[in-house]
Amino acid sequence: MSKFKLITDGLVKNNPTFVLLLGMCPTLATTTSAINGLSMGLATLFVLVLSNMAISAIAPVVPDKVHIPVYIVVIATFVTLLQLLMQAYTPAMYETLGLFIPLIVVNCIVLGRAEAFANKHGIGESALDGIGVGLGFTCSLTVLGLVREILGSGSAFGYNFIGGNDGMLAFVMAPGAFLCLGYLMVLFNKFVKKN
Amino acid sequence: MAAKSNLTNMVLVLGLTCLFCSAVLGGAYVLTKDPIAAAAAAKTEQAISMVLPHFTSVEYNEYGHYYTAMDGENLVGYAIETTTVGFGGPLSLIVGVTPDGVVYNTSVLSHAETPGLGAKCTTDAKFMDQWRGFDPSIKKLSVKKDGGDVDAITASTITSRAYTLAVENALLVFTELNGEGGQNNE
Repeated sequence: MSKFKLITDGLVKNNPTFVLLLGMCPTLATTTSAINGLSMGLATLFVLVLSNMAISAIAPVVPDKVHIPVYIVVIATFVTLLQLLMQAYTPAMYETLGLFIPLIVVNCIVLGRAEAFANKHGIGESALDGIGVGLGFTCSLTVLGLVREILGSGSAFGYNFIGGNDGMLAFVMAPGAFLCLGYLMVLFNKFVKKN
Repeated sequence: MAAKSNLTNMVLVLGLTCLFCSAVLGGAYVLTKDPIAAAAAAKTEQAISMVLPHFTSVEYNEYGHYYTAMDGENLVGYAIETTTVGFGGPLSLIVGVTPDGVVYNTSVLSHAETPGLGAKCTTDAKFMDQWRGFDPSIKKLSVKKDGGDVDAITASTITSRAYTLAVENALLVFTELNGEGGQNNE
């Protein structure tokens, strides 16, 4: 598999949000605005790349029967590391995403990639796979967040273009998340995935 | 790919992984401890400087949940933390009160209000600006719907009431402080 394909696979063919339907909880909950979606995506990307690399490095020596606990410990370590770093250096972002950062541990994407890819491939390939899937997740969340922000608050990336707070409120709240996700999934599968 | 499982290697691998990971996290905790404390302190300082005029030193009273801000020898005012129940959960405010009993400004520390409705208590300029220089001896501290002088956020009366109640609580704390010469912590 070429290196380029590893990355584009994560973006399109294995897009975690629109194709694999993994990690729906943070997807629906954090995408109230484009910035929030983007930050959540980048946080997951960080954990995904590092855990993929670490797991592909230790996979040959991990006994089969305990591989899930070992992987979870590795993933949880990177998540806690990320949490401490965000708390220290980006406190504002930590405040917005606070609750969802620890939940990256149980995000199926991270363990899913460890199981399906990282423990069978080399460190370099696993890192690229992490970047690809992470970017796919980041893009999906940013697009979803952007659509919800435009419809719900009439702004994009915090820039308000309707001059007021009179967006369609439902899109910022939970029902809007499901609606937007559904329609985006349809559009993605119709236009992007086919090609 | 994975190695064949037996008791020895399972215990060994799991144990070593946990040991190594705890060591990494312990190290990270020590390294980030000071920046985290600094970030929290900066946030508090910023919150206080938003709700009070210029000050040089500040002292926290843990028992009464208020900060006493001083400019040299002079009392600048009190920044009082209060929490009430909003629409979606606890609504925490910090309320700056100058020695003459007038609200200097208010700021939201944390809230769980509905985005686009109650959450506007942190962005709605009209709602927020009315607290600047709110004098409880002239204006009645309750929302207009309840016969007071506070303009509620559109469609968010519950949040507005909770906000108003929080300010009222802060003023009660101030009255106690002032009545006792600022010495008593009750």
